[in-house]
Amino acid sequence: MVKELLKGNVAFAEAALRYGLEAYFGYPITPQSEALEHLSGRMLEEGRVFLQAESELGAINMVYGAACSGVRVMTSTSGPGFSLMEEGLSYIAGSEIPVVVVNMMRGGPGLGNIQPSQGDYFLMTKTAGHGDFRPIVLAPASVQEIIDMMGLAFDLAEKYRTLVLIAGDGAIGQMMESAELPPMQPVRKERPAWAVTGAQDRDMNLITSLYLNPDRLEEVNWRLQAKLAVIRENEVRCKEYETADADLLLVAYGTVGRICLSVMREARAQGLKVGLLRPQTLWPFPEKRLLELAGQVRGMLVVEMSAGQMLEDVERAVRGKTPVQFYGRLGGIVPLVDEVAAALRKLDEETSQEK
Amino acid sequence: MNTQTNIPEDMELVYGFPEALTEVSTHYCPGCTHGVVHRLVAEVIDELGIRGTTIGVAPVGCAVLAYNYFNVDFVEAAHGRAPAMATGLKRVNPDKVVFTYQGDGDLAAIGTAEIIHAATRGELITTVFINNAIYGMTGGQMAPTTLPGMITTSTPTGRDPILAGYPVKMTELLAQIAGSAYITRQMAADVPSILKAKRAIKRAFLTQMHGLGFACVEVLSTCPTNWNMDPWKAMEWVKETLAPAYPLGDYKMTDEVKALEVR
Ligand SMILES: Cc1ncc(C[n+]2csc(CCOP(=O)(O)OP(=O)(O)O)c2C)c(N)n1
Ligand code: SF4
Repeated sequence: MVKELLKGNVAFAEAALRYGLEAYFGYPITPQSEALEHLSGRMLEEGRVFLQAESELGAINMVYGAACSGVRVMTSTSGPGFSLMEEGLSYIAGSEIPVVVVNMMRGGPGLGNIQPSQGDYFLMTKTAGHGDFRPIVLAPASVQEIIDMMGLAFDLAEKYRTLVLIAGDGAIGQMMESAELPPMQPVRKERPAWAVTGAQDRDMNLITSLYLNPDRLEEVNWRLQAKLAVIRENEVRCKEYETADADLLLVAYGTVGRICLSVMREARAQGLKVGLLRPQTLWPFPEKRLLELAGQVRGMLVVEMSAGQMLEDVERAVRGKTPVQFYGRLGGIVPLVDEVAAALRKLDEETSQEK
Repeated sequence: MNTQTNIPEDMELVYGFPEALTEVSTHYCPGCTHGVVHRLVAEVIDELGIRGTTIGVAPVGCAVLAYNYFNVDFVEAAHGRAPAMATGLKRVNPDKVVFTYQGDGDLAAIGTAEIIHAATRGELITTVFINNAIYGMTGGQMAPTTLPGMITTSTPTGRDPILAGYPVKMTELLAQIAGSAYITRQMAADVPSILKAKRAIKRAFLTQMHGLGFACVEVLSTCPTNWNMDPWKAMEWVKETLAPAYPLGDYKMTDEVKALEVR
C-alpha cells in the first residue's frame, strides 16, 4: 500500500467503502459534502447502494431501515443535519442495531457557519436523542486517523450492536494530508440472525424500540446500561504524549489536539514539563487515566473549539484533585499555537506556588 | 392459508385463518377497520406466497403494534418515517417485498415529506394508507384529513379551515408524481368495498413485485371510538360522508399495472 494525498472527507468515505460499507444514505451539508459526492460515484461502481435522501430525517431513517437488515450502513453530516438525525439515533439506540454516523462539526448555534468547531460535543456524547443511551464517540485528529477509525467504528458498532459516532470537525474534513487507505474488502455475504430479511423457514424477526409494559422497558433499559458499562470498561482510547514526567497537562481532542501537540513541544523546548492527553473516544471518556494524572500534575489546561464542553467531563474526572483551566475559541475559529501557549503560561504561573 | 385444519376428505378448504396473521386477538376497538385491513393484507401475502420474503414497516398510530398480528418480519418506524425506513430496507433487499402500513396523521402530516419523496423516487415499496380522518391513538385530535366542521378533541367547535386549514388529499397528490405506478382510494365499509379493497392491495403488491414503481392504497376506515359512533353508524358514515369528500377510484394506474392479472 502507498500513501496518497487525501482530503479528509474523501478519505473517510473511501475508507468506509473499503471496510465493506454496503449502503450510504445522506444529505448534502458543508463541510462534509465531499464524502457524499465521493460515494455517489464509488458505491455504484462497486455495485453497492447510494442514495441522496430528501432530508437528514429521511437519510437517518433509511440508514435505520437498512441497518435492520444487518448490513454495514452509514451516513455523514454536520451540526444542523445532526440535530435532525437525533430522532433516528434514539430509535436506533433503542433497537440496538449497529449504525455509524460521521459528524463534521461546524460553527453554531443555528445555521452558524461552515468553519471548524467542536460545539457538538454535548450533543454527541450526552444528548444524541431522547431517552437513556450513549453512543460510542470516536474523535480523529488526522486524515490517517479518521481512515483507521472507520474500520474501528464498524467493528465496535457490530460487536456491541450499538451506535458509533465519529466526531470530526470541519478542519479534519477539509484538510489534505498524505495517508494510507485500507485494502478493499467485499461486503459481508451473510446477515446476522437478528436481522429482518424475510421470515423464510424461521420465526419472524422484529426490530422495535417500543415496550409498552414499563417493567419490560425497564428490563430493556437495564440490559442496555449493562452493555454500556462493558463498553465504558473496555473501549476507552486516548493518546498520551510525554505524560510520564509531566507537571502540566494539556487535554484536547481532534484538530485542537494537534495544535496542543505543537504547544507542548514548544513548551518542552523552553524547559516546561508539559504533557498532552488526547482522547480518541469522547464516550467512553478516559476518566480513570485523567484521575491518575490529576495526582501527578500541577494543573490541567483543556482546550476546545467550544465554550467548554469536554471541560465538564475533565472536571468531573479529576474530582477537584488538580486545578483545571480552559481556553476555547468559538464561532468556527481555530485557536493558534501562541494563544494556547499564553494560556499554558498562565496556568504555569498560577500553579507554580502550589505543590 | 392455514392448511393444518383437519377437514373431511370429501370437502375442500375454501376459507381459513391466514398464515400471515398470528392467532392473537388485536387491541383494536370493536368496529375498527384496522383489523379488517390487516386481514386483507395477510390474505394477499398468503395468496402471493410471499410470507417468507415480506418485510413490514409499522407506523406510529393505532397500528403501532401491527407487528404483533402479522407473521412476517417487521420493523417499527418513528412517526411518519415508515417510507424512509422502507426505502433503506428495500434498497439493501431488492429481492424482498417491503410494505408500510400508515395512518393519516403518520402519512399526511408528520410524514408528508417521506411519502412524497418515496413516490418521487418510484421506490419499489407498497403503502397501505388508513384514512380515518382522525388521530386515533392519541385520543381523537384533528388529523390533516379531518373534514371541515368535524368535531375532534382539538377542534371542539368543528374544524374551521380558516384557522386549521383544509383536508389534504394524499391520493390526488401522489397520483401527480411520476414515480407513482398505482395510486388508488378504496374503503372498508361493507362486504363489496372490502373485497374491492383487497384486490387493490393485491395489485399494489404485484406492482412492487413486477418492479413497476411506487404503489399506495388509501383505505377510508372507521374510528368509531373517536367519532363517538357505534360500529354500524361508523360504517354508514364512511359511505355517506367520508367517501363523498374523498372520492373512491384509481387515480393513477400505468399501463403495465393495468395489465397485471389480479385474481
Ligand atoms: C414524533 C412524535 N410526535 C407525536 C407522537 C404522538 N402520536 C402518536 S400516534 C399519533 C397520531 C396517529 O394518528 P394516525 O396516523 O391518524 O393513526 P391512527 O391512530 O388514527 O390509526 C401521534 C400524534 C409520536 N409518537 N411521535
Ligand atoms: S381508536 Fe379508532 S383507529 Fe384506534 S383502534 Fe380504536 S377505533 Fe381503531
